[in-house]
Amino acid sequence: MTSVQLAQASNAAVYASMLTLTLAMIFFAASFASGRRRSTATADLPARIAEGAGGTAVITRPPAVADAPLEPGRRSANIGMSLTWLSFFTLLVGVVLRGVWAGRVPWGNMYEFSITAALGVLGVFLVMSVKRDLRWLGLFVVTPTLLWLGLAVTVLYTEAAQLVPALKSYWLVIHVSAAIICFGAFTLAAATAGLSLVRAGVERRQGTTDVRGWTSRMPTSERLQVLTNRVVAFSFPLWTFAVVAGAIWAENAWGRYWGWDPKETWAFITWVVFAAYLHARSTAGWRGNRASWIALAGWVAFLINYFGVNIFVNSLHSYSGM
Amino acid sequence: MTTRLEEPAAGLPEEKPLPPLGSVGLLRWMWRQLTSMRTALILLFLLALASVPGSILPQRGTNPIRVDEWLAQNPASGPLLDRLGFFDVYASPWFAAVYLLLFISLIGCVLPRIAQHWRAVRLPPPPAPRRLSRLPHSREFASPREPQDVVGAAEQYLRSHRWRVRTGQADDGTPWVAAEKGHARETGNLVFHVSLLFVLAAVAIGGLLGWKGNVIVREGTGFSNTLTQYDAWGGGRFVDPDSLAPFSFTLDRFQVDFERADAQRGAPRLFEADVTFRDTPAGDPVATTIEVNEPLDVDGAKIFLVGHGYAPHVVVRDSAGEVVFDDTVVFLPQDGNFTSTGVIKVPDADPSLGFNGLFLPTASRDQIGAGVSTFPAPDDPEVLLAAFRGDMGLDSGVPQSVYTLDTSQMVKVGLESIRPGETWTLPNDSGSIEFVGLDRWASFQIAHDPGKELALLAAGAAIAGLMLSLFVRRRRVWVKALPGEAGGTLVQIAALARTEATDLTADVSAIADELGAPAAVEERSAE
Repeated sequence: MTSVQLAQASNAAVYASMLTLTLAMIFFAASFASGRRRSTATADLPARIAEGAGGTAVITRPPAVADAPLEPGRRSANIGMSLTWLSFFTLLVGVVLRGVWAGRVPWGNMYEFSITAALGVLGVFLVMSVKRDLRWLGLFVVTPTLLWLGLAVTVLYTEAAQLVPALKSYWLVIHVSAAIICFGAFTLAAATAGLSLVRAGVERRQGTTDVRGWTSRMPTSERLQVLTNRVVAFSFPLWTFAVVAGAIWAENAWGRYWGWDPKETWAFITWVVFAAYLHARSTAGWRGNRASWIALAGWVAFLINYFGVNIFVNSLHSYSGM
Repeated sequence: MTTRLEEPAAGLPEEKPLPPLGSVGLLRWMWRQLTSMRTALILLFLLALASVPGSILPQRGTNPIRVDEWLAQNPASGPLLDRLGFFDVYASPWFAAVYLLLFISLIGCVLPRIAQHWRAVRLPPPPAPRRLSRLPHSREFASPREPQDVVGAAEQYLRSHRWRVRTGQADDGTPWVAAEKGHARETGNLVFHVSLLFVLAAVAIGGLLGWKGNVIVREGTGFSNTLTQYDAWGGGRFVDPDSLAPFSFTLDRFQVDFERADAQRGAPRLFEADVTFRDTPAGDPVATTIEVNEPLDVDGAKIFLVGHGYAPHVVVRDSAGEVVFDDTVVFLPQDGNFTSTGVIKVPDADPSLGFNGLFLPTASRDQIGAGVSTFPAPDDPEVLLAAFRGDMGLDSGVPQSVYTLDTSQMVKVGLESIRPGETWTLPNDSGSIEFVGLDRWASFQIAHDPGKELALLAAGAAIAGLMLSLFVRRRRVWVKALPGEAGGTLVQIAALARTEATDLTADVSAIADELGAPAAVEERSAE
């Protein structure tokens, strides 16, 4: 393929992935709208009462699940998951083609960081969904990812070009890939933390953990908090590694491993906030909603680092290409 | 500020709590407050908060010029913020107060926990509780084997899977095996926190014993590692600036390349400094290159390429045609296209001559006719000069910057723009200036940080400890072999997680399978 074809193919893949993601969002939303509860999956399907001979009521359990009508909303959530997988692979193609076009890892400017970060969010979500049922989370992952990609292709789009000399290092691969996976995981943690706050509010108002309404589709606020903790426990060491890898690279490129450059400062702030989160999780009185707020604050610090420092602040890390 | 292990509320008798502290003195109370998790949390928030202003306001350590600009633009708030240390946040007393308190809190928390953990590690697992079926994960099945056989097999299995095992007999003679795993969690937690102390120590070592300096070197000129040769130099308290390593180098050539395609036009693509390096003044010259990301390692110090610019070569002649100045002059870039400013001082002319210059590698004019460069490479170089004649103030004894010209005692002679090869004959018989050609300069940062290896080591240990403390699950299992109703053995297996939301079904199933349990017997998980 020529360079122009590669560029077009990469962009087409990104757009195709956005289209699939839009469909996934619609299906996830539809599954929410169909209003059945998550906890009443197959076990509690209402027993059918059939009229037997002689007017005796015969109570029969529903037959094998395959014959039973699927729980409303379940099918569309399944379609949403499949579409999310499709979108992930399409986006992967887009990112890889972008790298082939540029002849390097596709992390040379902010557009490329952003599409890879979207890939990271979807990737972490899908990997997590392999071992547990995360269909209820789909809508809250797919929608922000779609907005994010929209921002990338409109505002942040940059033609592929070579790397500036400061980025020509194998540390780019190590440092940035770790940071991108962390972004995916922190975003998921923020989603579950936010949902746990919403759900906790509903639980408090209804006075029970067995709530009615649209939040009944998600796990209890406590389960959501545990899930948030799991994701942060995975991403916090990785983030520590990303920061340390960045420090090693900085030592090699700029002559000091830590210099309080704005990017470094905000990476540090993000690290400290998530450290506070982990401490809050084992402090009486802080484990619940307060910890969730801290997780959200950590994610905001990450976003400030991404957008604020790349675009508005005079930093050694100003590689946005804008 | 260490993470406390989550203790399950129900279940077994736990280890004895720490003895009460006795009479509560004020100091002890304060110490306890300081080392409490709540205080650690608050200090962590304060640390995050205190870091913010340093990323918004310009900082002396990284950008002293912008600090001065900021102070000039904000005469009202500037001096107050300056006095409060807002332009040197990370060296300010209040920032130090936060992280030192945090580290004291950390020490106060970690030390007792090391002792506690040391004792806990050497303690055998607690004996089996009376009723295993009450535990969150349990299973029981009938086995034709003898009770002692079953327990022996369980013990062997657990030992070979690196559990800490203890065997015993209940009062009624029932044999049991107790096993525990996952002390590495707390070990990792403690390693992580202690490692942070070492990171801090490494930073302190670097601050006290390290040094760093910046120097601009023009093509064809050299640098030797002595204090006087640096444009800027800073060292720790225990550094002897007179005994720096005696290396030197000459910048032979500086290669640059810029993007010419439309996308990211003007972005740098290549920086490479070709230098000739000597360890000692008498050492053999070695030709080598210094690039971004590829510093030169010498004697514990590293030479980094950090910047570059243009150094126009000019020749100034006096009215009699005698050469009074013949050198390259460093011009400092002001924007991404290398519109650069510089000053040419010619004290040997009589009267002295001075020039304020603007160098444009690719010359153009903006809407109001001011000179501006449109591309960073020297496609169409031009120097715009304002010539002055008179006393430059060099004899006043006050040190002057080579980048500014004090024109207060001087008379303006004229303005002109010249290209390479052109000569401007100054009016009023003041002599002439010729723009001979173009050289480049490169700026280097030379740094020595004896703490960085320790910092790396400590950071590595911190990550390893962190992973242990977050991924290892601490858990206990028990196996009991009771006499069965039909002559065989009733095997009971139970597990208890000592970390939050841990599913131990897999552990219980593995042991059950090993002991020959029938597939899919009654299994409970009361999570």
